Amino acid sequence: MQFELKDVSFSYQPDAKEPKYAVHHVSFSVEKGEFLAIIGHTGSGKSTLIQFLDGLLKPTSGKVFFNGTEITAKGYQYSNLRRLVGLVFQYPEHQLFETTVLKDVCYGPKNMGLDKEEQQARAIRALKAVRFPEDSYEKSPFDLSGGEKRRVAIAGVLAMEPECLILDEPTAGLDPHGREDILSMCRELQGSGITVILVSHSMDDVAEFAERILVMDSGELKYDGAPKEVFRHVDALEGIGLSAPETVYLMRELKKRGYDVPEVVLNTEEAKEILLDIFKK
Amino acid sequence: MNIIEILNLIHEYKEYDDEGNSSGTVRAVDNVTLEVKEGDFVAILGHNGSGKSTLAKHVNGLLMPTAGSVMLLGRSVPEADPIWTVRRDAGMIFQNPDNQIIGASVEEDVAFGPENMGVPQEELADRVTEALSKAGMSAFRMSSPNALSGGQKQRVAIAGMLAMKPRVLLMDEPTAMLDPSGRKEVLKTVHELNREEGITVVLITHYMEEAADADRVIVMNEGKLIMNGTPREVFSRVEELRACKLTVPAMTELAYELKQEGLDLPDGILNWKELANALCNLN
Repeated sequence: MQFELKDVSFSYQPDAKEPKYAVHHVSFSVEKGEFLAIIGHTGSGKSTLIQFLDGLLKPTSGKVFFNGTEITAKGYQYSNLRRLVGLVFQYPEHQLFETTVLKDVCYGPKNMGLDKEEQQARAIRALKAVRFPEDSYEKSPFDLSGGEKRRVAIAGVLAMEPECLILDEPTAGLDPHGREDILSMCRELQGSGITVILVSHSMDDVAEFAERILVMDSGELKYDGAPKEVFRHVDALEGIGLSAPETVYLMRELKKRGYDVPEVVLNTEEAKEILLDIFKK
Repeated sequence: MNIIEILNLIHEYKEYDDEGNSSGTVRAVDNVTLEVKEGDFVAILGHNGSGKSTLAKHVNGLLMPTAGSVMLLGRSVPEADPIWTVRRDAGMIFQNPDNQIIGASVEEDVAFGPENMGVPQEELADRVTEALSKAGMSAFRMSSPNALSGGQKQRVAIAGMLAMKPRVLLMDEPTAMLDPSGRKEVLKTVHELNREEGITVVLITHYMEEAADADRVIVMNEGKLIMNGTPREVFSRVEELRACKLTVPAMTELAYELKQEGLDLPDGILNWKELANALCNLN
């Protein structure tokens, strides 16, 4: 098991008379190699939650385990954890700083004390994994498009060869093409054995790419299940500021009008087959 | 009346190599002609780097044309003196709400613009009250901006614009960082301002569903304006949009695919309600 969270809570002022909790009594575990998405409105506790996984925040109460070791224990050394758990922040391209793409991606391995050859080898592997074009390795990262910059920033994290990659809103501000690129890259990374945890506001993206979805609301874990399970609760999701892919609404409407369609359909290809079956007579 | 008139606009950036020598030019906006009527709600689509933000930044003089002309309310933008008179008429909202809020309280933040314009103290309070009410943020007047959600922060930024009494709101992906409810609340506010106050809106977005609710959709590709029409007209051109790395709203795409398979559906379906109706009409 990659992660296990046991009854985790977090408050910025735990000693207050009535402390407010950013995360309240949350428990879940993540298997190695899973593609997990965390959704919830702004302020629901998603970002707090992922910071536990990287040891950036320590819960006020509860325990967090990584590969069976308790990382919330006294005296735990975080440096190893942060190498194995790569965290990609929102707008990671703001953190690019080197003069060339290759140097920027080498920065992580360099700080791990690896020799120059190994740094380069890792950087190149990482750039290939994000499908960054080889002829642009020597370009300044600042001359790249938004989507390219973001891929370089993700490569910088991958170059540390983490077991798990956590991405906070990796598609914000990208055009549809860029979004698709980043998400299918995540799927490929998962295919190579990396655990992928995605925090997202885009219901379409998580419905299509994640195997499992955690829904956070006011610091509590409201749902935990496969996309088809979670989007069944479309009314409850709207009640907490979320939504569902449009296909869910379409099917619900058709069902209401007496057609025999499944309750939850998450993508247009699947919807197409179902609708052709019914309407092409 | 045309509130914005752009004629043969060209904008070129100079590129520099590592030594700081000029190494060529990039044409970000390439011979664009565009008219926007007062009170219109116009959405601009285009992939990253297609020139849509560059185009919008000419309307309030944040960028100056390399060639061509830009008129706002019948006046030439590049020749406006002082330039801030243009920015009062056309306010701009950016992607990240945290980058545009400077006040320690919502009230203070909204007052910042008109205060800088020299609006007298007595009028200032009224303007802030009115702007907050139009943006639906009156209840948060004394709040600290830190305590607000993303959607609320964007509405504070919109109120800050409204306090300067603009005629045009230029919005550069104002919902890109928001959750679904934040997106909904910001768009609802903007549509209300457009409908009830007659404010012209230019909305740059990557969300096709947002563009579907506009009066008119403009598509940019490689610096050129390649489509200009109602959402229904533009989103009927599925193949062309795909060719310039764009998509259409999910339901438009589904309807298009079904039509390819022989179902007799109308072109340019925009949302699930329309698709449900069209499907039910088949039988």
